[in-house]
Amino acid sequence: MDGEERFREIIAADEKVEPGDWMPEGYRQTLIRQIAQHAHSEVIGMQPEGNWITRAPTLKRKAILMAKVQDEAGHGLYLYSAAETLGVSRDELVRLLHEGRQKYSSIFNYPTLTWADIGAIGWLVDGAAITNQVALTRTSYGPYSRAMVRICKEESFHQRQGYEIMMVLARGSEEQRAMAQDALDRFWWPSLMMFGPHDSESTHSDQSMEWKIKPVSNDDLRQQFVDATVPQAEYLGLTIPDPDLRWNAERGHYDFGEIDWDEFWRVVKGHGPMNRERMAHKIEAWERGAWVREAAVAHAAKRTAARSA
Amino acid sequence: MDTITTSRPLATYLIRHGDDNLVLAQRLAEYISWAPELEEDLAIANIALDHLGVAHHLLAYAASVEGDGRDADALAFLRSEREFTNLLLVERPNDDFAVIMVRQFLFDAYQVPLWEALAGSADTTLAGIAAKAVKEARYHLRHSRNWVVTLGDGTEESHRRTQHAFDELWRFTGEMFVGDALDTDMAAAGIGVDPASLEAPWRRTVLEAIADATLSEPEDTTVRVGGRSGFHTEALGHMLGEMQWLQRAYPGLEW
Ligand SMILES: [Fe+2]
Ligand SMILES: [Fe+2]
Repeated sequence: MDGEERFREIIAADEKVEPGDWMPEGYRQTLIRQIAQHAHSEVIGMQPEGNWITRAPTLKRKAILMAKVQDEAGHGLYLYSAAETLGVSRDELVRLLHEGRQKYSSIFNYPTLTWADIGAIGWLVDGAAITNQVALTRTSYGPYSRAMVRICKEESFHQRQGYEIMMVLARGSEEQRAMAQDALDRFWWPSLMMFGPHDSESTHSDQSMEWKIKPVSNDDLRQQFVDATVPQAEYLGLTIPDPDLRWNAERGHYDFGEIDWDEFWRVVKGHGPMNRERMAHKIEAWERGAWVREAAVAHAAKRTAARSA
Repeated sequence: MDTITTSRPLATYLIRHGDDNLVLAQRLAEYISWAPELEEDLAIANIALDHLGVAHHLLAYAASVEGDGRDADALAFLRSEREFTNLLLVERPNDDFAVIMVRQFLFDAYQVPLWEALAGSADTTLAGIAAKAVKEARYHLRHSRNWVVTLGDGTEESHRRTQHAFDELWRFTGEMFVGDALDTDMAAAGIGVDPASLEAPWRRTVLEAIADATLSEPEDTTVRVGGRSGFHTEALGHMLGEMQWLQRAYPGLEW
């Protein structure tokens, strides 16, 4: 049996494609693009959250947030390794990001303005990420699927911790409640945008579904997220900023309003509130570190030379 | 003072070491997402978390020893810079990666023998905290020493920056070994350690690494002290302003 036949069989049987297997070039390229975007998102996501580590209100919250940001760095590392199994190096992917030729999740182009934003990000953004990633544990590419299994466990911690921050604020003082509501107001719609365009608009969706890279569609995942999150907001006593949100008994799902797609595309195209700052921070950190990376290479070379001398 | 007649001196002693770890954790936290490699962001966050954990344990214990209603968070977020008693070394700003790693190395080389000694403290709670901290400190020391040698014996630029970091930080190292009456009392009671006794092992560790890194021992003989009595560099106030802001702006709330 030739590679192509075998590939089709693996996909049909819901088995996993592994790095040594034959795969169509389009499949490889789609995976590289998707895994790299995912890895970049983990890394860029360290910035909005890192923005509050030094100002976290208690020692416990500081430790939890620091551990969370550390986890995100770890997720970035697993995902870059998964991408490397497809024959591309991490340095190359980082270069593509810095040149603006690869993207990261648009959600991180929104600023974290108050402590409640750290709660809202954990609850909503990690919540949306889990919805997406639980589905991706069934993706057809083995290394990506296994990375998702590992990452999902940690993401669910993040989600719970974020919700707990929101709970304390929602039950706190008038100012804290207002802070929590304001964070929900600002992060609700961008969180729904995390699932991407409507299935009818999404250019990559059909082929990705056929190859089982993406086992569940954007709109289905978004619906799952809304259905899970609305009762959580009610429990907090907070109001989701959508006048069209209501339970539809017939569908057994919540109906919700239309996303502002102009905003979505504006942010994707680089014109969100923080796109410039996020990339500038990332590139500056990389450039500031150049002499350190050069030193590490030079030192390793001296060591090797000394050993073989 | 022959015996520890009140619990106040013990609390003061615990707070000093708690402050060292808290202030360093906060400095490292500022650097997360700015490291030269993703692996190093992860390592720095890890080290910061260890220091923060030790600080939390020491301050919580100090608060319970004080017994006047303050908790660890009150100690961390509601004292002014004149009440912070950390060593000046750990409050020095993150000028560049060489300064960050040399600062870490100089402090790790002090904390390893410190925790080794305190693991044998007559105060079993402090001994327990120290026994856990010493394992972490050994790992931190391996990491920072490794970078000191890599950077010192790397490129011309990294060598220059690392030598500069040693030269700049050297005047803050003497303070680690200058004891006061409280140190003497704590050592006499078998609870604490005479800081002067930590200097020889520290020097051995530091000079060995300096040699491996092809660097030179700084010639600066200035000994800048003041941290233990709340006489800080100007850098600390800005750090606390940021760290304590939320607790100060919204007093008395749960978070
Ligand atoms: Fe993550
Ligand atoms: Fe996360």
